[in-house]
Amino acid sequence: MKVKRVNVEREGITYTGLLMPSRGACIVLKLNSGYNIGLKKDAKTKVTVLKEGVAMPHKKVSSPSPNPALPTISILSTGGTIASKVDYRTGAVTSQFDVEDILSAIPELTEIANFRGKAIYNILSENMQIKYWQKLARAAANEITKGADGIMVTHGTDTMTYTAAALSFMLKTPVPIVFVGSQRSADRPSSDNVVNAVCAAKVATSDIAEVAVVMHAGMSDDECLIHRGTRVRKMHTSRRDAFQSINAKPIGTVDYKTRKIHTSEEYRKRGEQKVAINDKLEAKCALVKFSPGAEPDVINYYTDKGYKGLVIEGTGLGHVSTEWIPAIKRAIDNGVHIVMASQCLGGRVCDRVYDTGRDLLKANVIEGEDMLPEVALVKLMWVLAQTKNSAEVRQLMQTNIAGELSERSKQA
Amino acid sequence: MKGQNRLDYRQLGLKAGLEIHQQLDTKTKLFCNCPTRLRNRDESTYEVRRYLHLTESELGEIDRAALEEARRRRLFIYKGYDTTCLVENDEEPPQPLNQEALDVALEVALLLGMTPVDEVHTMRKIVIDGSNTAGFQRTALVASNGKISIPEGDIGIATLCLEEEAAQKVVEDRSSTTYSLDRLGIPLVEIATKADITTPRQARIVAEHLGMILRSTGKVKRGIGTIRQDINISIAKGARTEIKGVQTLNLIETIVEREALRQVNLLNIRDELKKRGAKQVETEIIDVSDVFAATKCKVIKNALKKGGIFAVCLPKFGGLVGQEIQPGRRFGAEFSDRARRFDIGGVFHTDELPGYGITSGEVSALKKRTHATSENCIIFVAGERFKATLSLKAVVERANMALKGMPEETRRALEDGNSAYMRPLPGPARMYPETDVLPVSIPPERLDQIKSALPELLPEQRARYIKEYGLSEEFAGLIARSKRALLFERIVALGISPTLVVRTLEGTTSELSREGVPVQHLADEHFIGVFKLINAKKIAKEGIPQVLKGLASSPSKSAEKVAAEIGLQAPSKEDIESVIDKVVQSKEGFIRERGLEATKPLMGVVMKQLRGRADGKLINSILKEKIIAIMREK
Repeated sequence: MKVKRVNVEREGITYTGLLMPSRGACIVLKLNSGYNIGLKKDAKTKVTVLKEGVAMPHKKVSSPSPNPALPTISILSTGGTIASKVDYRTGAVTSQFDVEDILSAIPELTEIANFRGKAIYNILSENMQIKYWQKLARAAANEITKGADGIMVTHGTDTMTYTAAALSFMLKTPVPIVFVGSQRSADRPSSDNVVNAVCAAKVATSDIAEVAVVMHAGMSDDECLIHRGTRVRKMHTSRRDAFQSINAKPIGTVDYKTRKIHTSEEYRKRGEQKVAINDKLEAKCALVKFSPGAEPDVINYYTDKGYKGLVIEGTGLGHVSTEWIPAIKRAIDNGVHIVMASQCLGGRVCDRVYDTGRDLLKANVIEGEDMLPEVALVKLMWVLAQTKNSAEVRQLMQTNIAGELSERSKQA
Repeated sequence: MKGQNRLDYRQLGLKAGLEIHQQLDTKTKLFCNCPTRLRNRDESTYEVRRYLHLTESELGEIDRAALEEARRRRLFIYKGYDTTCLVENDEEPPQPLNQEALDVALEVALLLGMTPVDEVHTMRKIVIDGSNTAGFQRTALVASNGKISIPEGDIGIATLCLEEEAAQKVVEDRSSTTYSLDRLGIPLVEIATKADITTPRQARIVAEHLGMILRSTGKVKRGIGTIRQDINISIAKGARTEIKGVQTLNLIETIVEREALRQVNLLNIRDELKKRGAKQVETEIIDVSDVFAATKCKVIKNALKKGGIFAVCLPKFGGLVGQEIQPGRRFGAEFSDRARRFDIGGVFHTDELPGYGITSGEVSALKKRTHATSENCIIFVAGERFKATLSLKAVVERANMALKGMPEETRRALEDGNSAYMRPLPGPARMYPETDVLPVSIPPERLDQIKSALPELLPEQRARYIKEYGLSEEFAGLIARSKRALLFERIVALGISPTLVVRTLEGTTSELSREGVPVQHLADEHFIGVFKLINAKKIAKEGIPQVLKGLASSPSKSAEKVAAEIGLQAPSKEDIESVIDKVVQSKEGFIRERGLEATKPLMGVVMKQLRGRADGKLINSILKEKIIAIMREK
């Protein structure tokens, strides 16, 4: 960033500092003390340039020489910030995506593995698109083919679990594919980025050959949880322990201090399957949330727009109002495949208990079992890319493919 | 050295500046809606454990102080309460800047003749000693360029910042520090004077004056720990030293005197080192554990079990390390303060030996082992090799600074007015914008409104109270300093005696508080209610404590109701007379014996019976009449 050094004279006082970019009605000046202040831009304000801006030389950090005793992790970055750099001269914060920069920000990583990396794209996770999931899946498969012992995907936390679910269905992997991010910005010394990245790297070098999300277990920096990519949901807007497994226990934990992994659930072991990719997805799918009084037109819209699949987030065991039934029938008659999930998140859909449920089943709605609504959506996209035969769709939707549903609802 | 002689500060070119940190008495914290209330540690309801990280890539540019802290990787434990929230935990973005706090900051700025900025930008100031959960303190520059005038001259006020108070350190051990989150986020103003102060006395007067101005707002917290002074001190040939955490005004003078003395003595040591031809000290760390194989010194014995004893030799430093640079503090403390930061057992230097259980035999063996001559000083530490190496590196670093004079550093005020090393002076490059908090613009109307309601300063207020209300100097000062000054004026306007109001608001309430009455429940309206009863002669002033007591325990009741419940309605003159008649008759013998001297003891008896319902003066006059009547009967 190029910044000018200026004097600003206003009301008899001369302020000296760096002229910062500003969008508002004020001149923003970074004083020598480091403070920014805003001074009104008007006739009474006089700005004198003392020194034209000079760009700070970008210091390139060199990557550490590889340690042949360590496994190799490939970092695929999508835009979520796992490392940042602050230029205290100007106060500018830049996100770091190069492996060298990430390693220099989190040097502990070099004790765990050798890293290579690739920036797949650089977007805010809310701007994620289905084609980006596919590109990421192909990149991961490619890295595995090229011999990576594990994959780490850095991802914004907002939609991380959708992407993790998508990769879970699209990829068969012989190595761990670990999603990681930070809830508290990486530019703060207290960020959860270091603990999350170190634990994620540990999982990426483990024998847990699953698509997983590794994030803080609690508010403290003690340990991270290893969530299955199809069972995890972001359950808090800001807390470090926002990510929680729903309807399943996490695969295990990683202790940050000792870097020990402790697993308590079954998982697919490293090398049990060969890398394979099936990256076709039916994009014309949507997730619809029912709420009291909502009009059935909502469903008609999707039917008329040619959607192929809908996941309805119903109430309780999986209900919508009786008024919605004809619209749902019409949708299904028009070739829309409809899966029922529950806005309770916890628990299993069962449409056989009450009348509306039975009406839904009569209309040929597919019960989404104990799948998370978002996971059911991603799965439906994947399933509909394999077949449009309604019996097959029902069969696939109700079969466990990537750990997304279970036949038994366990006590805890 | 020159310990006792007074220094000529003008000749030394003494320059000092003050930084005053004053907590504001706002309803909520600076960036969240938690109350600004301090808690007992045992009320803590949760705990958070964290590490702070500084990235390697920043080390080239990062602030020296932050780097120093980063060297020591620590676990930070935070104690939270039902009065703290996710913002203090650094688990949620901050709320917008507290406007009440900004108003107080602007008020103080205007009282100090400062010019506020047009738009306040909140910054993150990197502080990684763990005292802020985020790893930074939020701070905003609100105003600059003011001045205060004291009889000793004008002192410039450089800046006023509004910032978050840090968490309070509870306990520190070898690998972790525990903080309490109740204090984190309380708004405070940091007022920095220019380095216009030239004598220790002036430093104290400036601090007193600033404190007075802050208290004049009536919107700052009071009591221990709510105001802290940092002092920047240098002499012309010395170095800028920031002494932190001066909690009492009385200490300021001594702190400045002793820092000037320290700098003078360190310069003398430099001159002596030059004369001796001292050269750059090399870091050659020698394992001298074998010298102490049979030692009687406990610290060393213990260290030998876990690590060893490691030494460096400082050529030409012999005799100097043992010299006093402040009363009771030797040059050696400059080394040990730094060495101890790396968690080691003990730091020793040969200038203080033999001693501490170390024999002269061991000292000579040590000198032999390190090939030291009498011109050398050996500094050795006891502990693990890794930590000992770091701490001896710090010692050598400090020794080399002594050849040039002294380093700029941040020091901690000690209770006797000396100071101990904390860390290098923070560089300027440690701030970046707090992007989670939007800038706040200060329109001229807002300033005008604050300007129109600026409080009068305490000395003026006191003078006015003496003049307008005829209060004694003591009472005027008491009520002017009080939070209830405005209430005082409201009540006096009802036509109540000012002295009675002061006595009630200040004296009675604190007496009741000492009795355990929850006086914090008493609101302005309660007091006004009580005085309205007085005004209407419904109760006597003697009844005030009882009514207040009743109101404090049932704040929802009215003063009138409470008075009625305890039967405090003032009796008629006839009722009083009949009570007095009875007393006088029963004590006739006593009266005959004592005459008018019986008034005082009987007064007590009557008052007790009337339980504060009647005015004392009235009782007194009736009682006297009756006594005189009886005496006449004789």
